Amino acid sequence: MKKRADIFLCTGGAICLITVCIIIMGWFWTPYDPTAMDAAAKFSPPSLQHLLGTDNFGRDIFSRVVDGAGTSFVIALCVVAIGCIAGIIIGSLCGYYGGLPDLILTRVCDSITAFPAFLLALVIVSVAGPGTENIILALGILFIPSFARIVRSEFARCRELNYIKSAKIMGAGGFRIMFRHILPNTLPVLLSTVTIGFNNAVLSEASMSFLGIGIQPPYASLGSMLSDSQSFLYSAPWYALGTGGAIVLLILGFSLLGEGLQQKR
Amino acid sequence: MARVLNIRDLRVHFKDAAPDRFAVDGLNLSIQEGEILGLVGESGSGKTVTAMSVSGLLPRDKAEVSGSISLDGQEIFSCTDKEMLNILGDKLGVVFQEPMTSMDPVMTIGPQVEECLKNHSRLSRAERRRRALEALDQADLPDPERIYRQYPHELSGGMLQRVMIAAAIVSRPRLLLADEPTTALDVSVQAEILALLKKLNREQGMAILMISHDLNVVRRLCSRVCVMQRGKLVEDRAVEDIFRQPRHPYTKQLIAAIPSRDRRLV
Ligand SMILES: Nc1ncnc2c1ncn2[C@@H]1O[C@H](COP(=O)(O)OP(=O)(O)O)[C@@H](O)[C@H]1O
Ligand SMILES: [Mg+2]
Repeated sequence: MKKRADIFLCTGGAICLITVCIIIMGWFWTPYDPTAMDAAAKFSPPSLQHLLGTDNFGRDIFSRVVDGAGTSFVIALCVVAIGCIAGIIIGSLCGYYGGLPDLILTRVCDSITAFPAFLLALVIVSVAGPGTENIILALGILFIPSFARIVRSEFARCRELNYIKSAKIMGAGGFRIMFRHILPNTLPVLLSTVTIGFNNAVLSEASMSFLGIGIQPPYASLGSMLSDSQSFLYSAPWYALGTGGAIVLLILGFSLLGEGLQQKR
Repeated sequence: MARVLNIRDLRVHFKDAAPDRFAVDGLNLSIQEGEILGLVGESGSGKTVTAMSVSGLLPRDKAEVSGSISLDGQEIFSCTDKEMLNILGDKLGVVFQEPMTSMDPVMTIGPQVEECLKNHSRLSRAERRRRALEALDQADLPDPERIYRQYPHELSGGMLQRVMIAAAIVSRPRLLLADEPTTALDVSVQAEILALLKKLNREQGMAILMISHDLNVVRRLCSRVCVMQRGKLVEDRAVEDIFRQPRHPYTKQLIAAIPSRDRRLV
């Protein structure tokens, strides 16, 4: 199955590269100002001037999609970073040392996962109030258990391996063993978890913004734009298609990458 | 002569085993400086558990240990974790049975051979590298410079076992603990590894505890043999004596179990 993994990796990598390039480009330059309204060009269908048409205020949808994708991307990145770093710290300590703290933290993670993730994010955001930082925080906390669990099981597995034992015999301390010897060996697993986590983060953020508890105007993310677009589903279908397509593209790239990585190991 | 290793009344019990089933049951064993001692016994007789007790690898939550072990005069059961880390590698080198799984697959050979020096000395990077290359050379590996840069999967089992030996001797320990170092290897490679161990013992005066279930291996290498059965030491004598007139019935069985062709050969 090596060949199929390569195909996944290549297409996924290509899609990711393109989307990330477009997003980075969007930070510096978009064809139009994403917030500039143009009353003369309301609801114009896709054309050479407006690649994805315009919306109810005559704003260029392509520019808005690029801008919104940038926001979604950064949020997902922050969420994954929080989940990943906290997950690595918790998971490595639990997996390597075991014992009572491990038992307690594992149970805490289990109970967080037992709630529907979305519900919990809703609770956190409704208590802390909507806003970009709060969404990142809420989703970030929710993402910790999945990372922690995977890192924990990898560390618990590696702890028993011969080469870790021999590093121990050669006098390596706990910290050195965990982060110099075990962590690099968990990288393949971690990497595919990161890509899956990234996708989930994009989707969760989009769903929350779609429901109006995510990114607040004047900022736009793909989710909030999708939510706006549903009022014009018949008059301006390109609005929903363009935004939805952007979400699909963003997720597809990382899904393929993750799938390829998973099959590779 | 001074004792490098002195084990007194070692008892190890695993919590998940029957209450009266000791993995190691009142073991007394000592090794003189520069001596090669063989520890033999069928599989499950407690050889590896003995080795793990010496190297501090027994899982603390699963094993109950009593007795005393002193390494080069230092009592290891009364050591703090930190002192233990200092003893390990500095006074004791260990070689395992499985060279393939004993090396970190994502690290090149060089840093793995240097691990001990990294943890125990304040040598500079260049100095560590020089010592690692020297150890690889002492382990009779061809082209140490190249091997230093290679990954474990690029080497054969026999070469990896040499690398393990190099890593174990790089900090010039007093005692080398070899737990079935040749069992996973081809017969021809086995002989080479045994010759290497013998050479290291002769040239550096390093004591070796050679653990094996194979009496032939022990006979070639060791001057004295200890026989273990079900966690207990049943015989401890010079190697010729044991082969000429084994006293304990279990030892007789072990010797009788050597294929007769091999018996004549050795
Ligand atoms: N981690 C462990 N947990 C429970 N029992 C163990 C463990 N390791 C070894 N034992 C038991 O200790 C006994 C001795 O095993 P071992 O020292 O590995 O034998 P060998 O002489 O083949 O090296 C065996 O009965 C084995 O079941
Ligand atoms: Mg064994």
